[in-house]
Amino acid sequence: MIVMADVTVTVGWYMILAAVLFSMGAAGVLLRRNALVMFMSVELMLNSVNLTFIAAGNELGLVEGQVAALFVMVVAAAEVTVGLAILVAVFRRRSTANVDLLSELKG
Amino acid sequence: MIEVFLFAIFALVALAGAVVMLTARNPVYSAMGLLVTMFAMALFYVMLDAHFVAAVQILVYAGAVMTLFLFVIMMIGVDKKEERVETIPFQRGITFVVALGLAVVIILAGRQAWVTGSDAFGSPDMVGTIETVADSLFGTWTIAFLSTVFLLTIAAVGTVALAMFGPTAVQSTDEEEGA
Amino acid sequence: MIDYLWLLIALPLLGALTLILFGKHIGEPASGWLASALVVIPFLIAAALTVPFLNGAESETVFLFSWIPVIGANASLLWDPLSALMTLVVTGVGGLIHVYSVGYMHGDPRYPRFFAYMNFFIASMLTLVLADNFALMFVGWELVGLSSYLLISFWFVKPSAAAAGKKAFIVNRIGDWGFLIALMMIFAAFGTLDFAIVFAEAHGVLSVGLATAITLMLFIGATGKSAQLPLYVWLPDAMEGPTPVSALIHAATMVTAGVYMIARTAVLFEMAPISLAIVATVGALTAIFAATLAVGQRDIKRVLAYSTISQLGYMVMAVGLTAFTAGIFHLMTHAFFKALLFLGAGSVIHAMSDEQDMWKMGGLRKYVPITFVTMAVGWLAISGLFPLAGFWSKDEILASAFAKGGFFLILWGIGVVTALITAFYMTRLIILTFFGDKRWDEGVHPHESPWTMTIPLIVLALLSAIAGLWNTPVRLGLEHFLEPVFGDIHQVHPAGGLTVWALALISLAMVVIGILIAYGRYGRGDLPNEEGGYWTAALDGYGVDTFYGKVIVLPGKTISTWLAMVFDTKVVDGVVNGLAYGVRAFGSSMRVLQTGWVRSYGAAIVAGSLGVILWLLLQGGAF
Repeated sequence: MIVMADVTVTVGWYMILAAVLFSMGAAGVLLRRNALVMFMSVELMLNSVNLTFIAAGNELGLVEGQVAALFVMVVAAAEVTVGLAILVAVFRRRSTANVDLLSELKG
Repeated sequence: MIEVFLFAIFALVALAGAVVMLTARNPVYSAMGLLVTMFAMALFYVMLDAHFVAAVQILVYAGAVMTLFLFVIMMIGVDKKEERVETIPFQRGITFVVALGLAVVIILAGRQAWVTGSDAFGSPDMVGTIETVADSLFGTWTIAFLSTVFLLTIAAVGTVALAMFGPTAVQSTDEEEGA
Repeated sequence: MIDYLWLLIALPLLGALTLILFGKHIGEPASGWLASALVVIPFLIAAALTVPFLNGAESETVFLFSWIPVIGANASLLWDPLSALMTLVVTGVGGLIHVYSVGYMHGDPRYPRFFAYMNFFIASMLTLVLADNFALMFVGWELVGLSSYLLISFWFVKPSAAAAGKKAFIVNRIGDWGFLIALMMIFAAFGTLDFAIVFAEAHGVLSVGLATAITLMLFIGATGKSAQLPLYVWLPDAMEGPTPVSALIHAATMVTAGVYMIARTAVLFEMAPISLAIVATVGALTAIFAATLAVGQRDIKRVLAYSTISQLGYMVMAVGLTAFTAGIFHLMTHAFFKALLFLGAGSVIHAMSDEQDMWKMGGLRKYVPITFVTMAVGWLAISGLFPLAGFWSKDEILASAFAKGGFFLILWGIGVVTALITAFYMTRLIILTFFGDKRWDEGVHPHESPWTMTIPLIVLALLSAIAGLWNTPVRLGLEHFLEPVFGDIHQVHPAGGLTVWALALISLAMVVIGILIAYGRYGRGDLPNEEGGYWTAALDGYGVDTFYGKVIVLPGKTISTWLAMVFDTKVVDGVVNGLAYGVRAFGSSMRVLQTGWVRSYGAAIVAGSLGVILWLLLQGGAF
């Protein structure tokens, strides 16, 4: 515990955590067939990026990191809205949310 | 000291949520996993003195967005569970390699550029209260903020358009099913 | 006044455009008269502009607009005595022939189109003549070739006319090739195509070898256009065109373009004695070669066609002797009497209901008296009888050859013999056509042509009679007139004193002998049997066409066939197909990447970003 006493949480820790979460989100997009879960994975990636923004902003003492995170949230909200609307529209026609079955553009 | 413990605990919680989201066959569990991760994120934001963003994270993300997700899940069927058999050749191998690579290179890049140890050139005791965030958002970033208004309007219109052009298809499928 | 020079080209061009676009509405006689007026008016303008030269006015250059200034090629017209003389001949004879055509082309379904082409030819020829740089001259050179083609194959429904047009065009291309090479060499040497600069700097810039090369290439161009050996073959076939076309283009004007071009570039030719010797020799050989061919023809127009080649040989010989004035002089007189003979022949053909074979004519003098009298003037003029035009111009050439001496005495001998042959075949033509028994086909009722046709004949007959008096050993009017053009050039002049009269007597004797021989052979009752041996060969043009066909055309066709049937299908198509197959195979292999699975694309995106980050890290020196 004495050793631990010198340890503080630095911005690098957050960066590493964010990198891992980002990669997991990417893996989710690539692995899951359910379009909904793919969207969730994208949200995870966006969140991890927000974490880096805020961690860096805190490190540098700038509020801009938080502002950027807010903008990302707005964009994410818009993306989710439209994406889910598309998903619902597709589901109405095809009765599936499995993206592997939506392969009409196969060469 | 307490900070390190908190970070470790919530990092584990966040990762666990992500793993659940990634592995659950049922999309509802995935949504719950993501929800957990987002709460953990909010806590990190608090630890980073971003109080306002933390609140928005819980209200908007965990509240609105996740509700929307769950709503759509309910709408298109909870019972459709995903097969675990991978149909695309090499997809899992490729995913493993690129995701791992991505994590490695981001961390490497971070070591190069971000973790420079450079001094804070803002105010070291900056706290993201509503006041400070609003000062920046409606001061320096007014134009960007107004742009998001357009973006949200367009997104709303687009969603409505997608919903409006849908009903014909719904009716025709209904008729087919009914016939 | 000189500001109106551009009208010389613009008016006929306007006529051509109008008649092409609205000819059908303008109708038959009107379009002919319009076309004639648009040639006669330029003649009057040119005449008015020429008057100052008689009082020793300076040459002028009229700049119209920039074309390619950097190579000295602008739409800019040169008005000096030489171009003035050429313009007067072109528009004067051209105007008369236009008037003649009003009657001759009567009833042709494409009457307005004919005059559109004729006007177009006049505009093109004036462009050639008035150009003040090689590039514009070449434009005119090509345009007269085009109008010649259009007019030769005017009756294109006749396969022979269409073939003759193509032949003329293709053979002229060979000459144009030489002309183009010459232009490139001139540009390479001088950096400009402007006449004034080229001629002024020629002595400083050109070596004798280079001058020889340039002038020989120019001469190749001249042999094509002026129908010299070995490129003369298109001219006899060009007689497929309407007779006024033969008179205007293939006797009086266009074919003299080569002679004009050599005279215009006299400065360059003067620097290259070898070229001059070649030019003179080719001219003399062409003169006698074509004259012997003219003797054996039965078609009245073909006689005149070979005669034209022969007379062009005289002109080319003259410019080759550096007797440029004599060459231009003969060009002018020949334009008069050969146009006259062609138009007369046309009148005869008209009277005989399109019969051209002289063996089916005879005894026509009582039926077409005006045609007969005027053609007789032309006959004596071309034969070179004192004091008609041909005597003066031809004798000046022969005397120049004699005066030059040495090797050129041989050319003089050839020229004198040619004069004898010329007198012979022209007498033969006149006797077969106008004297003796009627050998007509049944149903032919000869009649004199309308006044639109006879008046040009009379005017040309007058000119043929008196034009020679302009430049006699006693009074060198043309020589003086052209002094500003050829003043700096060392021309050969006939010897003075008794020699010139002795030479004149010799050629006069030749002419008389030729006429008498012909009279003895054809003028007394029964006609001799002209079959077999020489006569068959002459009718066949000595088989030159067959020879060219075997040596040049046939191998060309064989190669073309091979290229079309074997090379094109196997190699060219093979390359194209191979490329197509390659692209298709590549596409097929790439298709595999288009799986249609969103997640595959996602994997590609992530892999791509991974690559980009790695690259950036490498650039930043992370490893």
